[in-house]
Amino acid sequence: MGTVDADQSTSEATDRPGSATTERPKTWERYDGRTRLLRFLGLLGALVLVALSYQALNVRYDYVATAPENIRNLLGRMYPPDIAYSGAIVEPMIHTVNIAVVGTIFAILLALPVAYMGAENVTPNRGTYALGKFLIVATRSVHSIIYALIFVIIFGAGVLAGILAITFRSIGFIAKLLSEEIEEIDETAIEAVSATGANRLDVVIYGVVPQVKAAFVGISVYRWDINVREATVIGLVGAGGIGVELNNRISAFDWQAVLTILLAILVVVLVSEGLSAYARRKIR
Amino acid sequence: MSTATAYGEYETEWRRPTVFYNHTVKRLTYAGLIAFILWNVWSARVSPERLVYGFGQASALFGGMFPPDFGVSIGASGIETDRRFWRIYDGMLETLAMSIVATAVGVLLSIPIAVMAAENIAPRPVYYVGRAIVSFTRAMHELIVGIVLVVGFGFGALAGVIALVFATPGFFAKLLAEDLEDIDAESVDAIRATGATPLQVLVFGVLPQVLPRLVGLTVYRWDINLRASTILGVVGAGGIGAALTTSFDTYEYDFSMAILLTIIAFVLLGEAISAYTRRRVQ
Repeated sequence: MGTVDADQSTSEATDRPGSATTERPKTWERYDGRTRLLRFLGLLGALVLVALSYQALNVRYDYVATAPENIRNLLGRMYPPDIAYSGAIVEPMIHTVNIAVVGTIFAILLALPVAYMGAENVTPNRGTYALGKFLIVATRSVHSIIYALIFVIIFGAGVLAGILAITFRSIGFIAKLLSEEIEEIDETAIEAVSATGANRLDVVIYGVVPQVKAAFVGISVYRWDINVREATVIGLVGAGGIGVELNNRISAFDWQAVLTILLAILVVVLVSEGLSAYARRKIR
Repeated sequence: MSTATAYGEYETEWRRPTVFYNHTVKRLTYAGLIAFILWNVWSARVSPERLVYGFGQASALFGGMFPPDFGVSIGASGIETDRRFWRIYDGMLETLAMSIVATAVGVLLSIPIAVMAAENIAPRPVYYVGRAIVSFTRAMHELIVGIVLVVGFGFGALAGVIALVFATPGFFAKLLAEDLEDIDAESVDAIRATGATPLQVLVFGVLPQVLPRLVGLTVYRWDINLRASTILGVVGAGGIGAALTTSFDTYEYDFSMAILLTIIAFVLLGEAISAYTRRRVQ
């Protein structure tokens, strides 16, 4: 804690009038006056922001007051889960996994060239770098449910819209992480491969790919696991999978079936998360 | 496993080492993976005529989206705004407010959960409870929580805020717990040696070590909440998302595009603020 000693000695030496350290010079102070003021202002600003936001929400206090009662009521109507109904959710659940897998595969195929363009050290020129970065930012900043809304309009309700929503959302994610990984690679390997007279494609295959292969598998599996979770909700706007069924059951106030679906989603998401974590531990 | 090749005889030529148990397992894994993917493609049953149909629809949709209509025009009396502008304005304001309130409440609730889920601080049974809360809140997507709460509470921002608060521990408590597990045990011991109570140990021994990370994670979570609160309106849980779905339903695609661009601008701005703050404090 050398910095603390330094702070103390300088504040004693300068002996600024009015500052906290001069009033109580024998007491240990963690921060000097300026830092403390900045921290205080930061905290105050954050609190004001929260207060203003709370005011902007116009929260209905009668809603808040009845909230615990409502939640208890809802849980009461949900329990026990409708076990007999679980047979009916097998097919939409399979579709959810289908959407996640196929969407991830498409996303990987489309993300590879984007990652190549968006990595500063291997990208062919300034233009491709800018294009790569643009594609990464553009596809990442739109949520998959918004893609789902758009693709449902284009292709109609169903699995296809869901797959494309997952695909587009994942391109930026995969390409961003992969391009960061490519930027970290050992340049000498690329140089060595180019020195043999290899063309650009050979350099990528023998110089770049072996260095990022493990990371690439890790990123893909990780995104797949996120996509399973996302695929459970895109059905809420009609893009296929378990979300469609969930939406129908909720509209029908069939709460026991809703709980069955929620439990099924929990199981599927946790299993895919476990698989993904296991695979990523293995390759590291 | 095929112990014959592994122990019984020596391999006569060099083979690339594999991360798998052996090369048979490797091939089986790859075969299984490919079969799984092919089954998924087959099972999704995407019909080609759907794709063809889509291209016609897509051109109509994107044709209708341009130019985007933000509801702002230059009229006789200077800049004029119509109801579209105010829908975006109100929706975005609500989205921002939701994200900030939900972050504040969510972080306050997540801190004790993070302490519970830190292996080196919490007693065993408490640790398992903490991990269970983290896993459960991570698995449930905020939109699913949102749609259930909308029916339970009625339409509006309250349902959205609660959904975001619910989703916060899965991210915040998880990452904070990992940081708590990495802290320096010596300074914690030093505080404990002074005869401090467990609460004092937390405040003076643990908190100073994770405070920068706490601030960074809070801002990071706000950025995520902002993203999420732009879409919660799709299920009626408040924010700009409601305006987006309505505009699609009423075929006002130029308005949809304006809303989309606004959302993207705010999301990028939020990401920039969050990235800047995290760089500063960490």
